[in-house]
Amino acid sequence: MTQTSPTALLDMQSIDKRFPGVLALEGARLTVNRGEVHALIGQNGAGKSTLIKILTGAYRRDGGTVHFEGREVDFGSTAAAQKAGIATIYQEVNLVGMRSVAENVLLGREPKRFGLIDWKALNARATELLIKLGVHIDVREPLSGFSTAIQQMVALARALSVRSSLVVMDEPTSSLDEREVGMLFDTIRTLKAEGASIVFVSHRLDELYAVCDRVTIMRDGKTVLERDLKVLSKLELVSTMIGREPGEVRLGQTGFSGQHTARGGEVLLEAEGLQHGVRLQDASLSVRPGEIVGLAGLLGSGRTETARAIFGVDSLEGGVVRLEGKTLNLRDPRDAIKAGIGLCSEDRKVEGIVPYLSVRENLTLALLPRLAQSGVIDEKRQLELVEKFIERLGIKTAGPEQPIRELSGGNQQKVLLARWLAMNPKLLILDEPTRGIDVGAKAEIQRLIDELAGEGLGVLMISSELEEMTEGADRVIVMRDGRSVTTLEGADITADALIAAMAGGELGSLPSSTQGGATHAAN
Amino acid sequence: MQQTEPMGSPSPKRPARLLSGETLAVRAALVILAALLLFNIAFTPNFLSLQTFNLNLTQVATIVIVGCGMTLVIATGGVDLSVGSLMAISGAIAPMLFLDRPELGPVLGVTLAIAIPIVVAGAFGWLNGVFITALRLQPIVATLVLFIAGRGIAQVITNGNLRSFSGSSTASDAFSFIGQGRPLGIPFQVFLMLLVVVFTAWVLRRTVFGRQVLAVGGNEKAARLAGVPVTRVKLWVYTFSGLLAGLAGLIVIAINRSSDANQVGQGMELDAIAAVAVGGTLLSGGRATVVGTLLGALIMQLIRYTLLAKGVPDAAALTVKAAIIVAAVALQGRRSS
Repeated sequence: MTQTSPTALLDMQSIDKRFPGVLALEGARLTVNRGEVHALIGQNGAGKSTLIKILTGAYRRDGGTVHFEGREVDFGSTAAAQKAGIATIYQEVNLVGMRSVAENVLLGREPKRFGLIDWKALNARATELLIKLGVHIDVREPLSGFSTAIQQMVALARALSVRSSLVVMDEPTSSLDEREVGMLFDTIRTLKAEGASIVFVSHRLDELYAVCDRVTIMRDGKTVLERDLKVLSKLELVSTMIGREPGEVRLGQTGFSGQHTARGGEVLLEAEGLQHGVRLQDASLSVRPGEIVGLAGLLGSGRTETARAIFGVDSLEGGVVRLEGKTLNLRDPRDAIKAGIGLCSEDRKVEGIVPYLSVRENLTLALLPRLAQSGVIDEKRQLELVEKFIERLGIKTAGPEQPIRELSGGNQQKVLLARWLAMNPKLLILDEPTRGIDVGAKAEIQRLIDELAGEGLGVLMISSELEEMTEGADRVIVMRDGRSVTTLEGADITADALIAAMAGGELGSLPSSTQGGATHAAN
Repeated sequence: MQQTEPMGSPSPKRPARLLSGETLAVRAALVILAALLLFNIAFTPNFLSLQTFNLNLTQVATIVIVGCGMTLVIATGGVDLSVGSLMAISGAIAPMLFLDRPELGPVLGVTLAIAIPIVVAGAFGWLNGVFITALRLQPIVATLVLFIAGRGIAQVITNGNLRSFSGSSTASDAFSFIGQGRPLGIPFQVFLMLLVVVFTAWVLRRTVFGRQVLAVGGNEKAARLAGVPVTRVKLWVYTFSGLLAGLAGLIVIAINRSSDANQVGQGMELDAIAAVAVGGTLLSGGRATVVGTLLGALIMQLIRYTLLAKGVPDAAALTVKAAIIVAAVALQGRRSS
């Protein structure tokens, strides 16, 4: 390989991976030097998880080469990768909560005497490993009693109990607070000092710059940039990751009309200082009737958490939500629904459809209590309503009784939209309403959202697609690190301004060297 | 709403109702049941007699009744292991009312002896629901608590004694009607069974609660986000299962004219789960058929009867029973994929 530097610990070149119907990786590349902390970033679906899974042996690649410690390797299993010296820490700690810390650190490799576990040696070895990471705890306590940060340290200690020259950390900080992140960073620096390399996946820019040396940016299954972080501005990084050059932001790509006349007057929804956990720290926004308000931000910036807080899914730890001036007491989604709010979640499969139930049942799931008298469903009314919505939204289905799982993604999404429209809501929250939907259905759904706003519905729309923000939204609230930081309105909603706000503060035009720069807004 | 242009091509006119997974399962069960009936009619002497008919239905009635409650529980993705023990509790309480309290008189005594045990069993079912919703225990663990403790409670209530009411008295005879009565020559509990089946099937198909049960079992997260009161739904299915177990306990002691806390409902949880599984209800939740459970119980009963009639010992019959369950669940896995 011509590009392989002699110091490279890991060199993945031209990696391809196909899944049925999609090319997840196409010639992807990742090179990590010895003793380096390397950031791997990209939007949802950019291919970074797939690339990591190939590295750690969870997936087999369809093409390309992997060199590790100078030798060509092809890991058939995660165990093989571990044995070779690649340790992985996942976002969700996957350890055994009920067992002691020591057992977790050395699970499967317990020191034995006469065929039995040597508890003394076990505890001593675990304590020693943890102290190396700066963690001083009683290793005989059950793991579940400790904070997520400590649990992550335990996972790390476990990874280090086998000598690893490469540690892969997949969003390790997403559920840690500031102090805990500091602890993790100290550990990373310790590891680095000992000569280990680290692949660090995160969406928090400040963290990347605090701890990483180099970055690989992925987009649409390809590696688009590899650079020293020192010479890459946040703005360049974000615009490269989102990948929108001026010419790419084409007008009329979406189904949005681009001209809503938001009805003035009273505010429909007002949220102030929303707070939940570490991911949502201070979000404020408002929506007026007939207005489409966009909620923009990088992954993990707290957009989805804001939507969940307003809908009563996660209880508020601070802040207030008012609808038409009345403060809502949100303990459950039912409270939000009663007040006139609907939410289409970003994950249709996990949080939207009930797969075995029919289109009819899925469409009327929220409405059922209103379709019933003394608890018995008026099936005639139900069917009429369902057929009305199938026709109105152009849902392509063999009939109301078809199980929803047999429908295409776009048509499932229409059914879920209809689920809320049938409720006649005042406010509809849409979390990535067009993700994973084919182009035709996408434009239809965008047109529909546009129409609904035209009819007076307030819409709060989360989207990672800049076009949906620039063409669809009347106002955009940008979130960063759990806070709402900027509001853009009307003609100010440009790709430039959005990227700058997402990246954080660095206003002004982009350096000309940026390949994904958006110096002139299309509109 | 103002009229807007229709989007996309209009949906094709609705064709005939599609066959759902439930319908397919029920059809398969019907075919198996028909085959078993034909086999017995051809090869088992005196199969077509009222006596055989009554014998089989008497034995199957309690399994079906408990199975109906179990169907709803399993439809939410749960399971109820406590039903057999709740039957024992119900069976232990009843004689204390119609036997030990002659001052109540036969009418009030028997009425209370039916109502109170059922309500108590229902309350214990509700407790299962509390374990599962408020304490977030897994259903199998939560109901294991009463599976173990319930029979102990029943033994404490009866002091471990067998209560017999074989002697004739107005109250004993009246109470025993639910197990021994023969209106129109058919055992009374068969009517109870049909009533429970029809009611449960109606609840599952036509009521908001029934559809919410399936939504919770099919995708709990989605159900919650659509405003389904998940906790309330779960509390009710376990309560319902408890109530039906209470009723089944009464039927069993009425058939035997005795209540033995050690024996009443022994093994019922597994018979009921087997009936539900063979009937085509998805064990992971989200898809359920009450009629399937009825057919499933009948199939299991007929297989046992057939084997016994052919002189196969009961121990060997159990093995066949197990094989049937495995086959049914394996088939189900294929159907749902």
